Amino acid sequence: MTATRTEAPPIAPTRLAATDLDLLLLIRHFELALLDMFGRGELNGTTHTCLGQEYVPVALRPLLGDDDFVFSNHRGHGHYLARFNDPHGLLAEVMGREGAVCQGVGGSQHILRDRYLSTGVQGESVPVAAGVALHLKRTEPGRLALVYLGDGTWGEGAVYEALNMAALWGLPLLLVVENNGIAQSTPTVAQLAGSIGGRARAFGVDHLRVTSTDTEVVRAALTPVLRRVRERSTPYVVELLTHRVGPHSKGDDSRRPEEIAYARAHDWYARYAQAYPEQFGVHDERQRAYVAQVVADVAGRPASDWAEADRG
Amino acid sequence: MAERVVENLNQALHGLLADDPALTVLGEDLVDPYGGAFKVTRGLSARWPDRVLSTPLSEGGIVGVAGGLALAGQSAIVEIMFSDFVALAFDQILNFASKSTAMYGRRVPMRLVVRCPSGGNRGYGPTHSQSPLKHFVGIPGLSLHEVSPFHDNRAVLAGMLATGRPGLLFEDKVLYTNRMYADGVVDELFRYDLIGPDADVARVRVDEEEQADCVLVVPGGLAARAVAVARELLLRDDIVCQVLVPSRLWPLDADTLLPPIARAGRVVVAEESTAGGTWGAELAQVVHRRLWGALRAPVRLVHSADSVIPTAAHLERTVLVQDTDIRQAVKEVVSGD
Ligand SMILES: Cc1ncc(C[n+]2csc(CCOP(=O)(O)OP(=O)(O)O)c2C)c(N)n1
Repeated sequence: MTATRTEAPPIAPTRLAATDLDLLLLIRHFELALLDMFGRGELNGTTHTCLGQEYVPVALRPLLGDDDFVFSNHRGHGHYLARFNDPHGLLAEVMGREGAVCQGVGGSQHILRDRYLSTGVQGESVPVAAGVALHLKRTEPGRLALVYLGDGTWGEGAVYEALNMAALWGLPLLLVVENNGIAQSTPTVAQLAGSIGGRARAFGVDHLRVTSTDTEVVRAALTPVLRRVRERSTPYVVELLTHRVGPHSKGDDSRRPEEIAYARAHDWYARYAQAYPEQFGVHDERQRAYVAQVVADVAGRPASDWAEADRG
Repeated sequence: MAERVVENLNQALHGLLADDPALTVLGEDLVDPYGGAFKVTRGLSARWPDRVLSTPLSEGGIVGVAGGLALAGQSAIVEIMFSDFVALAFDQILNFASKSTAMYGRRVPMRLVVRCPSGGNRGYGPTHSQSPLKHFVGIPGLSLHEVSPFHDNRAVLAGMLATGRPGLLFEDKVLYTNRMYADGVVDELFRYDLIGPDADVARVRVDEEEQADCVLVVPGGLAARAVAVARELLLRDDIVCQVLVPSRLWPLDADTLLPPIARAGRVVVAEESTAGGTWGAELAQVVHRRLWGALRAPVRLVHSADSVIPTAAHLERTVLVQDTDIRQAVKEVVSGD
């Protein structure tokens, strides 16, 4: 079954509670700060920001419990911050400073904390999440395993092997597809035949497509989905049509100006600012200042330590 | 000034596509204006849109497709975005491409090269920094090469395709922005030449000096580190090193490597991978077997630590082979300390 929620961009976005707005803006400013530091040559390696996609984990946040598992991917800062509200630990991880959630070993895209995990190989975590879902079904019914993945990751065979098992065995596995229309530099139309809905259908797996970028609308659409996954122990594919406002990683955006403009036009940030200028301004300023403080704090810390006993 | 390694690779691919209408180049995000994650394929798709293809994220699939092209008598070069992901194509390499040249009881040429940007020291983290070459050592029918600043990649790639055997070309990512060496000159102290039947091995030595205290054998990714060590040892410790850099690591061309090693009687083999079933270990056992009487010290191997490769620079350095590790090994071999 494929359903589509096609709420066009609402005339005005729904007014958000302060906690949601703060979280959205925390993620936004965190990502902007990272790109800024990369631009100044202060960060090593690479990082993928979720600019434009912040509302996805924020919408899901109250629908998930601490006992649910979340599997994230290379674009995972928003997923992490929405779960733990811990910009210090994440920034320290990216910068390799004291207080890093994974001692600076995992960096931007390899993080394990409680029931949250991310890794840098596309698709790899879907079967792993299915295994966790099998365990949850047996021992903690009502809990689920959620996997965030991009549209491009539907090129990997592991996704299908896992979907097959999840459908056969009735696993509480929720795939949340952040379909931003592009994989690194390759448009979805050049890398995905058919549709994600069609692929889910081929395995008899339910699929819901959501086009809104309004946190409240997305949350309302997903609430019954998560309930169903929990109650019936069944896999589900949720596809969110989203918009990558920033580059793929540090500065690699080869999209045409009109494509970037299109993504920007759908960005929740500018639209929300316009709809609720007073509320937005106060929160935006506060989160911007907070992230600046986090950056200053973490940058002043000594390098992270990786104890011999933790080296596996 | 000599071109950068990434430019040399890019020009090599341009040349091969121009020369061979049967060649297809494929991989993730190769097409312009992006031109590949490391820009090796920049400009190719503009000239040959039908033969330079961006693919879905499907490493196993695309190496299989390349195998199909090769089976059909065509040539194919695949770019794996980070060599770590060649693990997803392992089955196609181990069980299809490498076997197909012989398992049907007759020779079936397979003109297929899988390019693998590899290695660390760039902070890309545990799943984007490995040197997986060792996992492919000793697969019958498969050849392994590594890009070096001494070997022209046009010749290397053309040579690999011409063998009719599939091969993997490892490209240490730190090399991309380095300059190629040209005209036999490394610096004011060191010269190089290409030796062996197919000029496969770069030999770096002090000008006109045949004798060395120690021979350092390294794959291309470690060449700059080995040369820096040779230079410092000469200037500070009066230790003369010769550096040998083979382009083809497997099958081993011991015949070219052994005479200089025999003359020096001491050898250090360094590689960035972790120890255990490696190219270096294979070379060590050949050296021991064939040069036992000529050796003045046991073959010394240098590897990265038996560890995950951390992201943070200060931690990554403690795991991956650095100049200091190679220098220490040479000093131990030469002076026993
Ligand atoms: C197995 C594997 N192949 C390639 C890559 C390199 N890579 C990282 S992200 C990415 C694009 C992913 O696209 P998509 O799934 O659409 O996610 P998005 O980046 O759009 O969020 C690629 C090719 C990888 N990390 N893992």
